[in-house]
Amino acid sequence: MKPILIRGGYLIDPATGLDARHDILLEDGKVAALAKPGKLKHRSAQIIDASGLVVAPGLVDIHVHLREPGQGYKETIASGTAAAAAGGFTSVCAMPNTIPVNDSPSITAWMQAPERNAAIRVFPISAATVGSMGETLTDYAALKKSGAVGVSDDGKPILGDEIMFECLKAAARHNLPVIQHTEDTRMTAGCSMNAGPLAFRLGLRGMSVESESSLAERDISLVRKVKGAHLHVAHLSTKKALDAVTAARDEGLHVTCEVAPHHFVLNEERIGDYDTNAKMNPPLRAESDRAAMIQGILSGRVDCIATDHAPHACHEKEQEFERAPNGITGLETALGLTISVLHKQHGMPLSKLLAMLTHRPAQVLSLAGRGTLAVGSWADVVLFDPAEKWTFHAKDSRSKSKNTPFDGYPMLGRVHTTISEGRIVFER
Amino acid sequence: MAQKNTAPARSTRASTQPEFHPGSLVSVRDLTPERTRSILQLADTLEAEDTFKRAKRLLKRRVALLFYESSTRTRTSFELAAKSMSADTTLVSSLSSSIEKGESLKDTGITLRSLGAECIILRSPFSGAPYLLAKSTGLPVLNAGDGMHEHPSQALLDLRTMLRHLGIKSAKLNENSLKGLTVTICGDIFHSRVARSNALLLPTLGARVIFCGPTPLLPEVAATIGPGVSIERDFDSSLKQSQIVMMLRIQAERLAGLSLDLEDYKLRYQANGERIAALAPNALIMHPGPIIRGMEITSEVADGPQSAIAEQVHHGLCIRRALLFQALSGERA
Repeated sequence: MKPILIRGGYLIDPATGLDARHDILLEDGKVAALAKPGKLKHRSAQIIDASGLVVAPGLVDIHVHLREPGQGYKETIASGTAAAAAGGFTSVCAMPNTIPVNDSPSITAWMQAPERNAAIRVFPISAATVGSMGETLTDYAALKKSGAVGVSDDGKPILGDEIMFECLKAAARHNLPVIQHTEDTRMTAGCSMNAGPLAFRLGLRGMSVESESSLAERDISLVRKVKGAHLHVAHLSTKKALDAVTAARDEGLHVTCEVAPHHFVLNEERIGDYDTNAKMNPPLRAESDRAAMIQGILSGRVDCIATDHAPHACHEKEQEFERAPNGITGLETALGLTISVLHKQHGMPLSKLLAMLTHRPAQVLSLAGRGTLAVGSWADVVLFDPAEKWTFHAKDSRSKSKNTPFDGYPMLGRVHTTISEGRIVFER
Repeated sequence: MAQKNTAPARSTRASTQPEFHPGSLVSVRDLTPERTRSILQLADTLEAEDTFKRAKRLLKRRVALLFYESSTRTRTSFELAAKSMSADTTLVSSLSSSIEKGESLKDTGITLRSLGAECIILRSPFSGAPYLLAKSTGLPVLNAGDGMHEHPSQALLDLRTMLRHLGIKSAKLNENSLKGLTVTICGDIFHSRVARSNALLLPTLGARVIFCGPTPLLPEVAATIGPGVSIERDFDSSLKQSQIVMMLRIQAERLAGLSLDLEDYKLRYQANGERIAALAPNALIMHPGPIIRGMEITSEVADGPQSAIAEQVHHGLCIRRALLFQALSGERA
């Protein structure tokens, strides 16, 4: 692997607080050196001219669905990670709701095998219960040994009080976070969007805010009883649940949360005339909840941004709204949306915004050496132009699926180069 | 948070309507008072027309009725309406077609179009299904009831029934025609597409709509559906204020886990002879059907002198004729 010397760029590394013009040398898959412009020399390195660009740690997405094994028609690990690389990501954490469910060390290992042709690093999150059925715990020690960075039954909640309690205890013993899809499914049968006036008018059954917050509150009450437990609330979408997470943290509990770009960019009105590309779970919420997600991010109460990239084939989305599967793609739109909404509209400094996409998510799942450009960490780097305006077109996506509400959407900030462990994996 | 921060707030109407054939009718929200008037006037014209002249209106035009749910009134009246103008009709229902084999709505629509269908009348258990069908076929689609969403032809036939009783001419119809009129819609509002379509249509012509029913069947959010709509839990009190009373059936097939004390329901919300005589002796009693006699309405009231239930069915035929003619001729009366 040839060393890479990136010159002339503006380097932002939120983890170390570096926010200045700097050159950076990548060697043997690691960050070898950082120095003021022009100070680094290397005889055989490939030179990348980054003038006009921001040089940042490769982005980290702790919530994606790569659909392998079992649903390669929607996405493969290769296509999903290619989309991730195009979006500036160098680490993704893959949820276990595959077919079969990733509830075993062998599947966890299979997902990381070189034969999958992943463009970037994939960290599996393994199922918290066998088959994600919510009944029997999986073998956390063995899963962790095979590379699992957390346990979750994402797509479904771990619903029973007893099993969630056992799950938190076992995960704490093995120092694994429990990632919960906080939806009390006993309250959401037959629901396909957010509860409220729009759901009533459209004649669709609505998921209440409480269906999310009540399970978060239940989980927090269990975390209180388990020493060393770490609960991570996935795709948080309501003010009420965010308030519960904030209160838990203030109490000293280890409770973290992520918010997806669509939950701070769009509200439920985007459903329009039953657009299934605006259907996901949790659903797009009311404007007040969208605004609360923005405030939560700006104030630092939200730990990180994660896409919940959930590809589905066209024919699956071209169905009646209530029949269409939940989820949208998100890897190639995350940075452009985040910069245009959080930075441009709300004045969030780039360094803070990048923290939400780099070292903070890496910290949540303890991904060592990721999400930072500190010397010695992995040579995961993204080069992007924060001022470049562009339009996202779903047809140009690297993902196998095109289910996005952001087709034709204006974006601000465009990825130019993505480097994963010292290899260039994406170039515009 | 300021609205400007939202993703460009897409106007539902403006952005999606052009994708659909303009002869479609999916939601009463697409009806301006002018368009409502033109439909009613066309219904009048076609009703008054000589049978033989009318029979040439849609000679050999092809209409498909695509029914994913059972129906007596709506299906028969659309079919008879089409036949009275000599259109060919074909019925595809979920129990006797490839729908059973898992064919999607999109593919069923494309198949019907390939077979020459020029207009599709759709009834679906899924809210919003007509938008999908209209988008995937490009044909005019008439919504004959979609899930809990809308039933626009029912609202139009209900309007025609009301206008006849109020003595208002179709040609005179405007946004103030129903000023001063209060219509109570009582019963299972939550599951009712008829309630939604009426509550969205009648206030555009000046009427006030009262939704009446117990909380499980009528959540507070229902009042937000549009201007001119309010909630009254006490049936007797809403009867006193109303000139028109529309009763709805309890939709047992959509209740999904709701528990309801039916005896208590009857006590509080049944339209029976005693109650109507005491509180709304002059009101017009309507019901979209099917009626469950002895449940939401007694025979005494359903068959009584105030009942317009049979007339409604007749007006259904007239309205559906107008909608079909508009859909296939592109004419707006």
